[in-house]
Amino acid sequence: MGRAIRSLARPAGRIRWYVASLMGDNHYQRYRDNRRRTHPGEPILSEAEYWRMRHRRSESDPAARCC
Amino acid sequence: MSSPAAAPDRIEETRGEITYVRTYPDLPPVAVIDRRPMGVRAKLVFAAIALLGAVAWAVIAFVRGENVNAVWFVIAAVCTYVIGFRFYARLIEMKIVKPRDDHATPAEIHDNGTDYMPTDRRVLFGHHFAAIAGAGPLVGPVLATQMGYLPGTIWILVGAVLAGCVQDYLVLSISTRRRGRSLGQMARDELGTIGGAAAIIGVLVIMVILLAVLALVVVNALAESPWGVFSIAMTIPIAIFMGLYLRVLRPGRVSEVSLIGVALLLLAVVAGGWIAETDWGAQWFTLSKVTLSWCIIIYGLAASVLPVWLLLAPRDYLSTFMKVGTIALLAVGILLARPVMQAPAISQFASSGAGPVFAGSLFPFLFITIACGALSGFHSLISSGTTPKLLEKESQMRVIGYGGMLTESFVAIMALITASILDQHLYFAINAPAAATGGTAETAATYVNGLGLTGPPATAQEIADAAASVEEKSIVSRTGGAPTLAFGMSEVLSTAFGGAALKAFWYHFAIMFEALFILTTVDAGTRVARFMFSDGLANLGGPLHRLRDPSWRVGAWVSSLIVVAGWGSILLMGVTDPLGGINTLFPLFGIANQLLAAIALTVVTVVVIKKGLLRWAWIPGLPLAWDLTVTLTASWQKIFSGDPKLGYWTQHFQYLEAREAGKTSFGAAKNADQLDAVIRNTFIQGTLSIVFALVVIVVVAAGVIVSVRAIRGKGHPLAEENPVPSRIFGPSSLVATGPEREVQKQWDELSVR
Repeated sequence: MGRAIRSLARPAGRIRWYVASLMGDNHYQRYRDNRRRTHPGEPILSEAEYWRMRHRRSESDPAARCC
Repeated sequence: MSSPAAAPDRIEETRGEITYVRTYPDLPPVAVIDRRPMGVRAKLVFAAIALLGAVAWAVIAFVRGENVNAVWFVIAAVCTYVIGFRFYARLIEMKIVKPRDDHATPAEIHDNGTDYMPTDRRVLFGHHFAAIAGAGPLVGPVLATQMGYLPGTIWILVGAVLAGCVQDYLVLSISTRRRGRSLGQMARDELGTIGGAAAIIGVLVIMVILLAVLALVVVNALAESPWGVFSIAMTIPIAIFMGLYLRVLRPGRVSEVSLIGVALLLLAVVAGGWIAETDWGAQWFTLSKVTLSWCIIIYGLAASVLPVWLLLAPRDYLSTFMKVGTIALLAVGILLARPVMQAPAISQFASSGAGPVFAGSLFPFLFITIACGALSGFHSLISSGTTPKLLEKESQMRVIGYGGMLTESFVAIMALITASILDQHLYFAINAPAAATGGTAETAATYVNGLGLTGPPATAQEIADAAASVEEKSIVSRTGGAPTLAFGMSEVLSTAFGGAALKAFWYHFAIMFEALFILTTVDAGTRVARFMFSDGLANLGGPLHRLRDPSWRVGAWVSSLIVVAGWGSILLMGVTDPLGGINTLFPLFGIANQLLAAIALTVVTVVVIKKGLLRWAWIPGLPLAWDLTVTLTASWQKIFSGDPKLGYWTQHFQYLEAREAGKTSFGAAKNADQLDAVIRNTFIQGTLSIVFALVVIVVVAAGVIVSVRAIRGKGHPLAEENPVPSRIFGPSSLVATGPEREVQKQWDELSVR
């Protein structure tokens, strides 16, 4: 979190962080941090496995897109 | 972070006019309640904004002739939004929503790092906007320009502030307090079984018609345009390439692959121009409306059953990138080009109701046509379900729900500007159905010159030149709004960047961008509708219960087929309709969307009344009453009007009589087959109008009954979940205030330790 805040100080870093969060580049990192915090010591999916799991979930729970 | 075992209390600490709320003694505050009154400087700034907005409104409303610059519309819009957001949204927040930042949101409670996840408010704003923005606010205002720019502008701005934003914000707030439940589930919880069932059926039927009409817009934009067909067709291999890249080569590099995808997409748009010039290219990619419809139907079915990662997800990335990028580009383009309005403030068709683009007079059909730009029922499906699962703090709902819709309204204003700066003769040549224009430049010139429009009459040469300027064979009767918008955008963008040489590129870029939007909605919508349908059937129990299992392939295929058959048949009906398709079907789209809004607003109003806030029930009640008046009047006219241009049934019986009298041609029907088509189509359209209106009447009646019981103190309790104390912090607005920054610092220090 502290690192993220420092990178926010720079405008280029801010834009990169924004696009990465919006599109999903840093979603795996967020997931990994979340697992470490909430389920310490338990296995964590690899990045490829994480995305497979996410897509499997959205198979059965699709997000609507508006007209 | 340590986890204290003791049950937490709400610990308040007030310093001056600011209260800091803690839920756990060993954690920094989770909420900042700021009661500081507005400072003198802020008051002056808002007064200046209000004054500037008033001047801009006065210019738009009272300056006549071809003198009104588009920049005034941008100023009026932005000032109206700022005032609406600062004052009206704040009133709603204080009196109805009453956000509690010491309560955890569904995202925090169920945080799993994947689909439930507290997300930075600025990022979530982007997500929410990308999910709600689509082709609707682009197409509706273009068609509404038939009545002049003034009525459309007033409704897009006032409607957004008082209706659309209120719906989005309040639906988001009630869904957030119900663990992110969907609109259908909330209707069942709050309105009871019958009201809930009617709402679920209504949502499903409405989605089917929405998908059909959106697909019709794409078909109309691409028919007989090899350039357009090629660039859109290329989006499918590009998306599959992106999907494979993310799956196999570099998982998680979404921005990287999206940039590659956008570059390929631009290449496809440029290459489309080269290919359309070759003989084989023109031959392969010139497709009729019927062929194109079948392509889209097959595509929709494939997208619904193929794995998400292969087609749907990568297309969505492309679409998000293009959406945000192109809308920003258009805004900059309008400010740089500063075009002048060609449309009249109020046209003759506003009162006569005899306009060729869509039938009916200003009330109620202007409101039906603009639909999504001012109030969109579809948004309630995003505000419930998707967005609450990512929301960090309740107080952020204002900027995401209300603010997100303001941005969408701005998109609609830009669409209205691009249609209004076109020469009016050209506008009607593009938008009147082929039955009126005759389909050639010569007949179209004669037709539009007979409409009594202002400005010098059009010649056939001018209409042909306009088509040549964007390298299309013809622009006559390219109905559906998308070609008009693309034409207007190409004028704006070529003035701002690149000059006349790039006009054809910008036109096809705009067509590709709209079609990409719509196809993303069609594939995601088909999937959503498929799940709604199988869920609904599974509720009936028995052997149908198995439909609940999403991995059951037979069930997935059958429900996908039924949903696609639903919108596909209406699409085919629209493209083969002798009466023109868009002008008969678009009102049905608008009515469907606005009726969905009526369902959402009913649920919201009932919740507000159940909470004991009867005094403030007018906030959602006012848009609900207006929306019901508009949609039920429109439905009434569509069902009962004696004017065959307006009433589906009058038309139906006229053509039926003609057939029974042994005629083989009548009105727009030139032969026996067309006669049969009109009789069948008007029957389906008339029946759908009745079904929509009845479903909504049932939902609203259920809402009234529940509300009356609640007022008498005899109703069911609210279905809100018990609050859970929050353990995270996030600022409320896009820009954090001083005290919020201070608290944020304490949290940052905690996470470093």
